[in-house]
Amino acid sequence: MSLTQKSATEQLALLQSGELTSVELTQAYLDRIQAVDSSVGAFLRIETESALAQAAGIDARRAAGQPVGKLAGLPVAIKDILCTKDTPTTCGSKMLENFVPPYNATVVEKLLAADAVILGRTNMDEFAMGSSTENSAYHPTKNPWDTTRIPGGSSGGAAACISADMAPLSVGTDTGGSIRQPAALCGCVGLKPTYGRVSRYGLIAFASSLDQIGPLARTVEDAALLLEVLAGHDPLDSTSVNAPAPAYSETVNQPLENLTLGVVDHHFGEGIDPEIVSAVQKAIEVYESLGATIKHIEMPHADYGVATYYIIAPCEASSNLARYDGVHYGYRADQAEVMAELAEDGSDEGPLVRMYRKTRSEGFGPEVQRRIMLGTYALSEGYYDAFYLKALKVRRLIRQDYDNAFAEVDMIIGPVTSNPAFAQGEKNSDPMAMYLEDLYTVTANLAGVAGISLPCGFTENGLPIGLQLQAAPFEEEKLLRAAQMFQTATDFHTRRPELS
Amino acid sequence: MSDAPYEIVIGLEAHVQLKTQTKLFCRCSTEFGNPPNTQTCPVCLGMPGSLPVMNKKAYFLGMKTALALNCGIPKFTKWDRKNYFYPDLPKGYQTSQFDLPMSEEGYLDIKSLKDEFEPRRVRIIRAHLEEDAGKSMHDEASGKADSRIDLNRTGTPLLEIVSYPDMRSAAEAKTYMQELRLLLTYLDVSDCNMQEGSLRCDANVNLHIPTENGTIATPIVEIKNMNSFRSVERGIAYEAKRQYDVWQETGKVLGELPKQTRGWDDSAQVTRSQREKEESADYRYFPCPDLVPVVVTDEQIEAVRSEIGELPATLRERLTSDFGLTSYTADVVVNQGRELVDYFLELAAASGDNKLAGNWVQGEVLRILNDQEITIDQFRISAGQLAELLQLITSGDLDSSKAKDVFAVMLDSGKSAAEVVQDLGIEKVDESALEDLCRLLVERNQRVVDDVKSGNQKAVGALIGQAKKENPNVNPGQVRQICLEIINNL
Repeated sequence: MSLTQKSATEQLALLQSGELTSVELTQAYLDRIQAVDSSVGAFLRIETESALAQAAGIDARRAAGQPVGKLAGLPVAIKDILCTKDTPTTCGSKMLENFVPPYNATVVEKLLAADAVILGRTNMDEFAMGSSTENSAYHPTKNPWDTTRIPGGSSGGAAACISADMAPLSVGTDTGGSIRQPAALCGCVGLKPTYGRVSRYGLIAFASSLDQIGPLARTVEDAALLLEVLAGHDPLDSTSVNAPAPAYSETVNQPLENLTLGVVDHHFGEGIDPEIVSAVQKAIEVYESLGATIKHIEMPHADYGVATYYIIAPCEASSNLARYDGVHYGYRADQAEVMAELAEDGSDEGPLVRMYRKTRSEGFGPEVQRRIMLGTYALSEGYYDAFYLKALKVRRLIRQDYDNAFAEVDMIIGPVTSNPAFAQGEKNSDPMAMYLEDLYTVTANLAGVAGISLPCGFTENGLPIGLQLQAAPFEEEKLLRAAQMFQTATDFHTRRPELS
Repeated sequence: MSDAPYEIVIGLEAHVQLKTQTKLFCRCSTEFGNPPNTQTCPVCLGMPGSLPVMNKKAYFLGMKTALALNCGIPKFTKWDRKNYFYPDLPKGYQTSQFDLPMSEEGYLDIKSLKDEFEPRRVRIIRAHLEEDAGKSMHDEASGKADSRIDLNRTGTPLLEIVSYPDMRSAAEAKTYMQELRLLLTYLDVSDCNMQEGSLRCDANVNLHIPTENGTIATPIVEIKNMNSFRSVERGIAYEAKRQYDVWQETGKVLGELPKQTRGWDDSAQVTRSQREKEESADYRYFPCPDLVPVVVTDEQIEAVRSEIGELPATLRERLTSDFGLTSYTADVVVNQGRELVDYFLELAAASGDNKLAGNWVQGEVLRILNDQEITIDQFRISAGQLAELLQLITSGDLDSSKAKDVFAVMLDSGKSAAEVVQDLGIEKVDESALEDLCRLLVERNQRVVDDVKSGNQKAVGALIGQAKKENPNVNPGQVRQICLEIINNL
């Protein structure tokens, strides 16, 4: 097994024992990126120099016997949505092509404090809007298992870099499934924490009440290790919950006794690929063999999840993205062109309004524009009650479904997606088909509960299949332990895509 | 106003900058007057990924004000986003409060010192918190239409106080703003500087005009840019006349024209149309997902209430009922601010004569403050020192005209009343000596005696003048009284 194929937990042990230096490990990943990323496109930027400098510094401190952080020397890839001081942060958008934040996101601060080595920025759908990473303004990311297919999204780069061994750990964000769905399609582990578990400060907002930062990794243990560093209260984020973050990595290997898992029969209804049904059914049997009790439960409002999500998320996005107006930072339409346009079409629109219009038409891609328009419409006078307010009511009912479920079972087990990775371009012309990719994942965001995706099988064509476990708010510790039980009993996570 | 052929209906929206060290949602300073964009951070610049955290001090200052305005405080309040594009609004929305404001349903009583209108209770619809926007500075004169933006003010906490349309004259509107300013000053919640913009107001104005076919209402106009009490009064008075003229010309009534926003041009003394509200944006208010709602307990509300202290209305009442001041004097003293009230209270207690203390504060003290353009804390004579002077008056040792001379010297020299009296050689004249002097004067002036006897009491004044020549220290009142007694007993 090559160095980059080892788990982060194994690598950390080697670093701690002195058998491996962070410079060696970082260089190994930089070499791997050099070798394979041209066919995957997981990264937007690779920070070779600063990564090696950081690694050397950590090695020196460790060698000198000085205290080092929890992730000391482990490379981490960061989704290009988390602000990093003095480093470009584009959010996959032309709008922020030249934007350099003067501050760090709280999770970036935490990673630096834990002595993680920041390897580079991963690709994503523009402003995290999409399920295929085809909406990046820069280039699409491809699925390492089949480079004619999409890796999922919006954290497509974050999942693809793990699955192609280009990073041992990566940080993604999940608004409606953006960590779990690409993790499932790329065959890695991805966890969306409870809303409020991880600070959102410095996470470029898509939909503030749904966005949550989480870890992607090859193994459950690795995800536990990374979540331990990311989680915790932040006085800069009033929605972050003031509760201590447990040491997940210390308990992840303790199996749960008397585990009760809920199965929603509805999840296996119309439209789901039989290969996925079969893989998830087999995973349920694995849990039964491990002593878990299976209960059939109802989630009566789950069907309204996608519709509810596609009201609430665009509404918040329409407001969150209003700041990209060309005035203070980011892309601005060329002034001469603005004036020439106005002169040409003889409009009585003022130059300021035309500058706004042109900046936002040129700076945002079509999917972002579509969602801004959807949200603007749904919040408008006369539509607010019928759309936004109604969506909020359904959201409460969905949360109620979860509360009822968790009164009966410890976790809900089911699929992450209804299909394996689809072909590049397949759903580009059909936004509704793309939105249905979120069917099994959005409800966790709407309810604010935690969810994890982990590998549970492969299709005949060799595409990964993901298993989803969802737990009550702040039960990440149990969620990770339950996931680890499965991973200990199976070997899906050890398989690797063949990339030249 | 009563002779106008219409009634003016006015509601005011006052914006009060709350006196916090830092902004409403970040820790930047709120200080006024620093170089542009030096008091900013990722949060108030609206940079991607930045998040607001509520300044609790601002919330409690808002609550204190709302309680003083007799408003109810809901236990639950939340933040909403008001979405619109403007260059000095970096997030593209203002964080404000929409359907669940932090306070509602209060009132402020106003009355006129000059009897311009009957006392009135102006009801308050609500007072809510919001963040201020930045400032755009347009340099159109340069020919380049160059605009610059200063975001130092962005995020400063504002309390918006919305009144019912309860006012019926420009003078009432002006008095409402003055009374509000006084209240805010007593509460010490705002600098209340209209020039610097820490107290601003917009007025919604229309007319009710009686006609043969019943009363009609003119379209409502919102007036902005009134940066002084005087411009509030003049802006509204101008607008009333303008609306009447427009109605006479066009006959357009409420509902037939969109709501209009007009700006008061202080140099031209006119209002000018800024925009028709109908064209303005739909603000698409919705709850701000970045801020948690505020939940407050009865204990917290009572703790804030207990910090309020005595307010102008209560003080005026106390000064008239407990101190015997006329309602006019009480108004004058209270309207000058808490410091002068304290000065008066100390003076009254130390001198033992409430009425005399009131007269002196309203008269001599205020005259000096106005002449020298100073405040009471810059005034040279302390309440204790002035009390010593007043005691000399009540004991009869000084007459009021001499007392004023002494006062003037005290002011210049900083000496005590007793020292000045000594320096000026003012001595109390022995009563028997005074009587002897009066007897002598009566004897010398038979004509005055005749005049007084024939009913002209004023004639005795000639004797006072002579007495003063003989002895400058005599008390004219006493001379007058003694001489009259002697003459009447002849």
